[in-house]
Amino acid sequence: MKKLKRIFDKITHGVLFTSSMVTSVTVLLVIVFLFKEGIGLFNQTAVENHVVVVVNSANSVHELTSKQVKDIFNQDITNWKEVGGQDLEITTRSIDDLAGQFTEEELGTDMVNLPTLIDQYISDNPGVIAYFPDTYLKKDFRSKKIPLAKISVKEFISGVEWYPTSQPAAVYGAWPLILGTLWVSLGAILLALPIGLITALYMAEVAGQRLRNMLKPVVELLSGIPSVVYGFFGLVVLVPLIQRLFKLDVGETALAGSIILAIMSLPTIITIAEDAIRTTPRALKEASLALGASHWQTMTRVTIPYAKSGIIAAVILGIGRAVGETMAVLMVTGNASVIPHTFLEPVRTIPATIAAELGEAPFGGTHFKALFALGIILFIITFIFNMLVETVKTKKV
Amino acid sequence: MTRKQLSQSIAFNSFRLVSLAVVSILFVILGFILIKGIGVINWEFLTSMPKDGMTGGGIYPAIIGTLCLIAGSMIFAFPIGVLSAIYMNEYLKESFLKKLIRTMTNNLAGIPSIVFGLFGMALFVNTLKFGDSIIAGSLTLGLMVLPVIIRTTEEALKSVDDTLRIGSYALGASRLQTIRKVVLPVAFPNILTGLILSIGRVSGETAPILFTVAVYFLPKLPSGIFDQVMALPYHLYVLTTSGTNVVESRPMAYGTAFVLIMLVLILNLLANLIRRIASKKTKMN
Repeated sequence: MKKLKRIFDKITHGVLFTSSMVTSVTVLLVIVFLFKEGIGLFNQTAVENHVVVVVNSANSVHELTSKQVKDIFNQDITNWKEVGGQDLEITTRSIDDLAGQFTEEELGTDMVNLPTLIDQYISDNPGVIAYFPDTYLKKDFRSKKIPLAKISVKEFISGVEWYPTSQPAAVYGAWPLILGTLWVSLGAILLALPIGLITALYMAEVAGQRLRNMLKPVVELLSGIPSVVYGFFGLVVLVPLIQRLFKLDVGETALAGSIILAIMSLPTIITIAEDAIRTTPRALKEASLALGASHWQTMTRVTIPYAKSGIIAAVILGIGRAVGETMAVLMVTGNASVIPHTFLEPVRTIPATIAAELGEAPFGGTHFKALFALGIILFIITFIFNMLVETVKTKKV
Repeated sequence: MTRKQLSQSIAFNSFRLVSLAVVSILFVILGFILIKGIGVINWEFLTSMPKDGMTGGGIYPAIIGTLCLIAGSMIFAFPIGVLSAIYMNEYLKESFLKKLIRTMTNNLAGIPSIVFGLFGMALFVNTLKFGDSIIAGSLTLGLMVLPVIIRTTEEALKSVDDTLRIGSYALGASRLQTIRKVVLPVAFPNILTGLILSIGRVSGETAPILFTVAVYFLPKLPSGIFDQVMALPYHLYVLTTSGTNVVESRPMAYGTAFVLIMLVLILNLLANLIRRIASKKTKMN
């Protein structure tokens, strides 16, 4: 009987232990899977698998970056001398252009003649650059394949253009997205911080018990409203308002995102700051009052300094929430992946980019991996914020 | 009035105004959606399939889908969360392990919901081959709210007076008996509050289900855990942004937002009610 009981105790203990490890294991799994999918991006070029970019063999250009290829095919670069070649007009040809140049007769059944025709065409035209699947690459090809530089971490983070679907080479520069995320979050915190702290102080120090009991559910409800509903409200009320107020072409701006995010991060800031303010020992406050300080002086000189680390934690957590918020931001910021200059321009954040594009990115392709790489950046940013909160909190004790 | 008093009264009055502003933000948002949405709500809207390219019919499958996701995620996350909190609060002493678990739980709570979406897609949909399904979505959502459940349960357990535990031990009860017969019954209302609040969270989340379960239009009910479903928050999102008839389907969007808000309101009310009853009961004791 005793033995049975001991076994039973062991089992309970085991079950409890296993349950409590779930969160830790999940965090590890999140890291593993993000990196597993995201790191693969940096091992390949931005060209789709089995697609080659080809120029005439006399061309003196030996290597192009993804961005150069994109600019060439967008006609932003029209002369080879702009990318270090001879003074020669660039002609661009996609696979469709190439196939469209020839009659069905010339192509033959199942386009058997296409490789030869492509080879001929490129050899005849010194200024041409073309891309097509490598199945159309003739064995004794006379032209020159252009190797594209592999995507580097530096390029991914500091690149200023995000064109994930441009053909033949996608451009993955996350810098505008990182900046967009930080802009919107910073704007949000600038708005939410004074309001949140004042409300927290009011609830903890000034308001009576009854008023506090009325404010608490308000804050809880604010945090309970789903982010899509905030986004929806922002889209139908705030965005038109901003558009009219500032006489803009579109109301979907960083400002709209910041305002909505500010409202959404209020509950976090208020709750944590209020808890922190409440920890100030009564004795300290009473001593201050006994020395003749007013309630207000006690608050600014005693309570707030004492609760400083908790207030900082509230701020950091608030920013962390804002950085990761997806749906509301996606719905109101306009999602233009350009580096923002003012708060009245559309911006695009990292979470919004992932949410908007993952559905269309082919599984396992570079675009798919690039979005996971964005997820890594986001994870690292929020992880740093969380760790900061932990250190700020423990310092106090 | 001295300067000291004057500055204090100016400060406190402006504080009052700012707090009032926070309250009014809530009421503006709630009022706007409730007023715009109430006209759309009728029995047909709640119980029929969407039709005419989302400009008519109802949101029945989205409601059912969200209920499935709530049930699925809670069946999985609630027991694990409660067990985990019991282990942390009743078994573990302050130690490295406890600190580690706490840090990891906080970190999990801080992970953005869209990252959960990526993770759920990579692990459940692709690696474990669940496909876009209720189970993939529920597991993703469940892992996401796990920290909430753990935290609220832990708070509930902490609020149980230690004298009760000591009394129970003094009567010869084992630790397990004490937890089962003394600690859990006392903490139960607060644990329930945590459960209700996490249901609210699950029902409103969109980002984690975007790539794990949610589907834009599926006019039939799920028949198993490997089916896709529509869900209320995702439905609202597509109605407002990516539908083909954004203007014509606006009433549907207001109605969906109304249902979501009502769900959150009711859950919050319920949580507060339980909390109030529980605190009255403890006071009487």
